[in-house]
Amino acid sequence: MRYLIFMFFFLNVISIHATELEVCESCIYTSIKAAIEDSNNGDTILVKSGIYKEGNIIINKKLTLIGYEWPIVDGENDNEIFTITADSVRMEGFQIQNVGTSYRVDRAGINVVRSKGVVIINNRLINTFFGIYLQKSSHCLIKDNVILGEAIAEISSGNAIHLWYCKNMSIEHNIIKKHRDGIYLEFVDHSDIINNVTEDNVRYGLHFMFSDNDTYVGNTFRNNGAGVAVMFSKNILMKENHFDRNWGTSAYGLLLKEIYDSEIINNRFTTNTTAIYGESATRLKITNNTFEQNGWALRLLGSSMDNTISANNFFNNTFDVATNSSRNYNVYTGNYWSEYAGYDLDKDGIGDVPHRPVKLFSYIVTRSESSIILLRSPFVDLLNFAEKVTPVFTPATLVDDRPLMRPNL
Amino acid sequence: MIKIFKYSFFDLIRSRWSLIYFLFFAVTAGSLLYLSNDVGRAVVSLMNIIIILCPLIATMFGVMYYYNSREFIELLLAQPIRRESILLGQYFGLTISLTLSFVLGLGIPFLFYGILGSIALTNFVVLLLAGSLLTFTFVALAFVIAVKNENKIKGFSLAIFVWLFLAVLYDGLFLLSLFIFEDYPLDKFSLIMTTLNPIDLSRILIMLQLDVSALLGYTGAVFNKFFGTSIGFIVSLSCGLFWVIIPVLSMVRLAKRKDF
Amino acid sequence: MIEITKLEKAFGKNQVLKGVDLHVKESGICAILGPNGSGKTTIIKSILGMVIPDGGNIEVGGEKIKGNWLYRNQIGYLPQIARFPENLTVAEVIKMVKDIRNEPADEQPLIERFGMKPFLNSRLSNLSGGTRQKVNLVLCFMFNAKYIILDEPTAGLDPIALISLKELINEERINGKVILLTTHIMDLVEELADEIIFLLEGKIFFRGTLEDMQEMTGEVKLERSIAKILMKNSEEHKEMESLPN
Repeated sequence: MRYLIFMFFFLNVISIHATELEVCESCIYTSIKAAIEDSNNGDTILVKSGIYKEGNIIINKKLTLIGYEWPIVDGENDNEIFTITADSVRMEGFQIQNVGTSYRVDRAGINVVRSKGVVIINNRLINTFFGIYLQKSSHCLIKDNVILGEAIAEISSGNAIHLWYCKNMSIEHNIIKKHRDGIYLEFVDHSDIINNVTEDNVRYGLHFMFSDNDTYVGNTFRNNGAGVAVMFSKNILMKENHFDRNWGTSAYGLLLKEIYDSEIINNRFTTNTTAIYGESATRLKITNNTFEQNGWALRLLGSSMDNTISANNFFNNTFDVATNSSRNYNVYTGNYWSEYAGYDLDKDGIGDVPHRPVKLFSYIVTRSESSIILLRSPFVDLLNFAEKVTPVFTPATLVDDRPLMRPNL
Repeated sequence: MIKIFKYSFFDLIRSRWSLIYFLFFAVTAGSLLYLSNDVGRAVVSLMNIIIILCPLIATMFGVMYYYNSREFIELLLAQPIRRESILLGQYFGLTISLTLSFVLGLGIPFLFYGILGSIALTNFVVLLLAGSLLTFTFVALAFVIAVKNENKIKGFSLAIFVWLFLAVLYDGLFLLSLFIFEDYPLDKFSLIMTTLNPIDLSRILIMLQLDVSALLGYTGAVFNKFFGTSIGFIVSLSCGLFWVIIPVLSMVRLAKRKDF
Repeated sequence: MIEITKLEKAFGKNQVLKGVDLHVKESGICAILGPNGSGKTTIIKSILGMVIPDGGNIEVGGEKIKGNWLYRNQIGYLPQIARFPENLTVAEVIKMVKDIRNEPADEQPLIERFGMKPFLNSRLSNLSGGTRQKVNLVLCFMFNAKYIILDEPTAGLDPIALISLKELINEERINGKVILLTTHIMDLVEELADEIIFLLEGKIFFRGTLEDMQEMTGEVKLERSIAKILMKNSEEHKEMESLPN
């Protein structure tokens, strides 16, 4: 009974303190800034529809900001718009637009500085240079936001979601278009990137630098310079993502550089110029992925070692596997290769003849670019066949000794 | 011409060879579809077969048909009809019956496997287009060779050589020259080389469907423009048509001057 | 009438016709004879426009044939070898040629005459050489063509068909047709020909009636007359070669 009374009292105290402040043209507060000024920790600020041009808005209290019917906060192509410096801030329902491009400062639509537990949900950010920028923060949730940029060149554009020195972040269900990088992580650990769609970015859809123990699952990366770039990182789990149509001269589905002990599982790579490009990629498990109609499905340079490539499906890629080395330090086993021409007499579903996925022609093309025009020529097929019978240029040990007869679906 | 076409078409369509040719493609397509269980993949496997086989069959049938119907051509020549009509009629009769065997042979199994609703439909249509173009070109080339050479063995050998050259040797020499001149920019050179070979042109048509991802990985501006836009397709297709028109015209020209 | 003036033709280095002048009368049967390679077939093919002459002029029924093809509807032609599209039936081939000529044809009496009725619906690939030659005969005679050109018409025919053919040729002569004939069967010439043209080395060596030839050579049989001419000719050749330079 005593507890109950206490509880009642306690709740009362909260309800007294947690007020709701409304902002609109005819409200008590006509600017967001003024409402923040007057608010206390734990208050909610309800911003009604309208256009707010208030320069840089600093949120330095534990507030919940809710946009009602999509209020527009405009930076007039100049300032950073929201700067969050307090913990547990929640922002929801805003349309944030027009942050000016700057070559000196990383201005953002929402900038979170040294905060914990910030939640940014269901906002629209349009032309905000950097969209959501988080630095030295942790345990934040970035969800259901739509971030549309207008990036044309790498140098004059910002990232849609930019994390720097962060921990335990969740980035979910965002839709990101036309930035430099869709999602950029530098020194970010133990974070999850889930079910985002990032398209048409000038550089990368998702970019890891020096970030460890992270997971990204169920994302779609379409038509970026590279779908995902993972560099100088380890223990990254990459699962169930779709890498689609990342086309261009140096375009990759997944670009790996100095990455260790990670897993690439159940992803789909379709029509990328290069699906996976690996430079010093080490101890990776590449399993159960599907590669379909890519230019190069796997391009692992000689510096990539101790990787296991198993149970993947390779369908109609121009080149399934390419390498620049005459040696092979990786294991290929139990994959399905649509090109495989062997037989299975004992009917165990595994081809009786090993498969060599590297074609001589991929070497020729590396030496003389123009020769790509002879792709699929019967003469080239003859060369490839001869090389398959007696490997001279291609690594003799790069062999899948258990090629599957049927796709692993 | 239409009359001659009509009868030689009826003759050929009833011939055992048309049926064999049709069955060959039907069985190949059917078994590829059965094995891969995916129209897209079957289309890719068929491409290599078509690039080699359509020209070969067209060449062989072209030469054979011309030599076999020489006496009949003489009978026709004695009729009040233009020379070129006779040859053109026979040319179209053979070409169209071969094309029909080819298109139906591939088309029927693919229809059963639901090509119409598949995303591979464009690829498949381009495949049929490329095969048909090759048939038209190589029957014409075979006729030109046969009209020029009364000696059957000589004509046959020459026709097979032309096929072998265009199908395999040409690309070998092409590749060799790319390596010899590798220090020079070769984009334009290689595109021109391609247009000079009808088999390469058909190959490019198919490649533009199947390998865009890889083709876009190249830096050359000329290549990028050719592969990255519809220019590549339009140029290849029109050059391919030239490869039909020019041999047909030279066949007509030869026929006008020939003593039968 | 067929009018040939100064007809010349060479195949490569081989000068086959060396200025042939030939006038074929308004009616009757004219046999063109000569040894192998003397240019018989070349003359016939020139008239039909299959061989394009190097020089000279040909007129058929008053029309120059050069660059012309319509004149051929006045001609019925029987080629030496009978081959047809293999998968067409006899009836279809007849229909085809009628289609091409686009003029009335009377094939029924010919079909009956040569007993072709049972074969009308069989494919040409299934027919014997003789039967195919009969198809050829039907195609040649079924139009009411003014000029009929027969190149070795007897090849492969059985005796009964041969008799029918001779009758047919005679009938056509009576109908006032112009018939050009080449053959190696001299009996046929003796039996039918109104006029004989003998070709030798690309020129007309002799021209006249059977009686003229008998008179010239002193032989009764045509075969012998021709053998005599050929032997004499080769002797002259030898003499020419033995003359000192």
